[in-house]
Amino acid sequence: MSELEKPMPEISVADAVRDRVHQTANISTSGIKVKATKLSVYYSDKQAVNEVTIDIPERCVTALIGPSGCGKSTFLRCLNRMNDMIDGARIEGEILLDGEDIYSSKTDVVQLRKRVGMVFQKSVPFPKTIFENVVYGPRVAGVRNRNRLMEIAESCLTRAALWDEVHDRLDDSALQLSGGQQQRLCIARALATNPDVLLMDEPASALDPASTARIEDLIFELKERYTIVIVTHNMQQAARVSDKTAFFFQGELIEAGPTTDVFTKPKQKRTEDYITGRFG
Amino acid sequence: MSSVAKTTALPPALPDHAGLGRWGRIRESLIHWILFTCGVLSVLTTVGIVLVLIIESIPFFAHVSLWEFLTSTNWAPTVRPQHFGALPLINGTALVAIGSGILALPIGLGTAVYLSEYATPWTRAIIKPMLEILAGIPSVVYGYFAIIFFSPIIRWVFPGTKVFNAASACLVVSVMVLPMVISLSEDVLRGVPRALRDAAYALGANKFDVTTRVVVPAAMSGIMASFLLAISRAIGETMAVTLAAGANPRMTLNPLESIQTMTAAIVQIASGDTPANSPEYRTIFAVGLALFVMTLGINIAAQWILARTRQKYE
Repeated sequence: MSELEKPMPEISVADAVRDRVHQTANISTSGIKVKATKLSVYYSDKQAVNEVTIDIPERCVTALIGPSGCGKSTFLRCLNRMNDMIDGARIEGEILLDGEDIYSSKTDVVQLRKRVGMVFQKSVPFPKTIFENVVYGPRVAGVRNRNRLMEIAESCLTRAALWDEVHDRLDDSALQLSGGQQQRLCIARALATNPDVLLMDEPASALDPASTARIEDLIFELKERYTIVIVTHNMQQAARVSDKTAFFFQGELIEAGPTTDVFTKPKQKRTEDYITGRFG
Repeated sequence: MSSVAKTTALPPALPDHAGLGRWGRIRESLIHWILFTCGVLSVLTTVGIVLVLIIESIPFFAHVSLWEFLTSTNWAPTVRPQHFGALPLINGTALVAIGSGILALPIGLGTAVYLSEYATPWTRAIIKPMLEILAGIPSVVYGYFAIIFFSPIIRWVFPGTKVFNAASACLVVSVMVLPMVISLSEDVLRGVPRALRDAAYALGANKFDVTTRVVVPAAMSGIMASFLLAISRAIGETMAVTLAAGANPRMTLNPLESIQTMTAAIVQIASGDTPANSPEYRTIFAVGLALFVMTLGINIAAQWILARTRQKYE
């Protein structure tokens, strides 16, 4: 077996797993927040996600990894029904949020999206002031009281670790912030609708290492309160921030389990090949 | 031929004339100069027109003070005693431009928002070609359309209105600028990044919220620019307003009255039998110069606003 010996996983990934400063949540004892069963997504004729079944543990970080086009972002976008807006998208299977089917005809999509917030790859502040960006969600939900909006802005910006940097210029344009600040603003904005679940689609892929580190620290803090699902291309990031990791390949869920297990003793050959950098 | 064969065999990204034979080089520089001449031609034309406007206006302003031209409210260049106050003409032009703007801008923006945010591909496929047809109708057709269609309606609603009136000119000019407002506004609305809409939807916004609180504000400067270009077009519009608005230079804000715009005054003098080089003849250059300054100012403002938008979203 010696010549076929498994190559050591990339040092930095192994280090990242070992050096996790924060306590890993025990995903086996956490409740299940979201449960996807045999979820398939088709874009016109092309199948993007194929019968994915996975549990998302409550108040944990679940990382979705895999090569480009593996369906991880598509899966993520099913969790707040963002795929509804894509022409020709069709969804089969079931997603339960706290036991309720989010694709049932009774579901109010607007309410669902308030409960399941989302942060995108590219930070997309609205061309408004910092304040107006944060309170956009509450505003469209009908909150008008200025004091109430101010409280929301302060608490969300604080949770997004941005308050100290912007508290004295809330009325400046959000477009003046740096990339990392804009992304934290988008996180604050997502928090302002008071969600339980936070979806993050490669939230740090456009940021420099320092800003990325801040976002990762923030993810750690946020999982105290929120269930987080993060799509990432960055294996070290998945290893650093997540409690559970799911590896997607060609639209299928190949393997999912506690992050430490997936990175140190993957069950599937393809998972191992991917996390050791043989492809992808 | 050999040089051609040689160039096709070479990789595409070579410096300018490398690998070309002597004739190839001459051909290249010939093409270069022909294209350069085309470019220079438009610059020369612009400079020439502006120079003519200025040079021909100088003798006029030697005869009539700029102060009188810009402040007197009496425009009577062809009758004795002559009066050269352009204010009634500016008033007429402003009345038509603002009146048509008030009508065209909200309708244009509404149509643009509908086309960009709400229309199905099917309705778009009907409306867009219709707008192109609207944009292609000759302005003289619009002019008599105003007289035989809009004017009778206005006279029916407001009895006693003259056949030629500012309101019918406003209506017809608003129809004329509508396609431009719609297509420019729609372009900027569609240019609002999808990510921005997604971000708003992800916050639990519905379509109306996304449109009114995110998409339109994000496109606002482009929309403003399209408004300004439309106003500038309305100011410069000649044929339709000459036919529809009448030939009565007068200070009024009442659209039911017969007025005269700057462009219509130029048509009147230029097509009449005023002796060349007389002050009344030279008014066409002075009024033309004033028109040019107005539209240029507005166009520059529109370009400046558009350039600022582009910076914001790449």
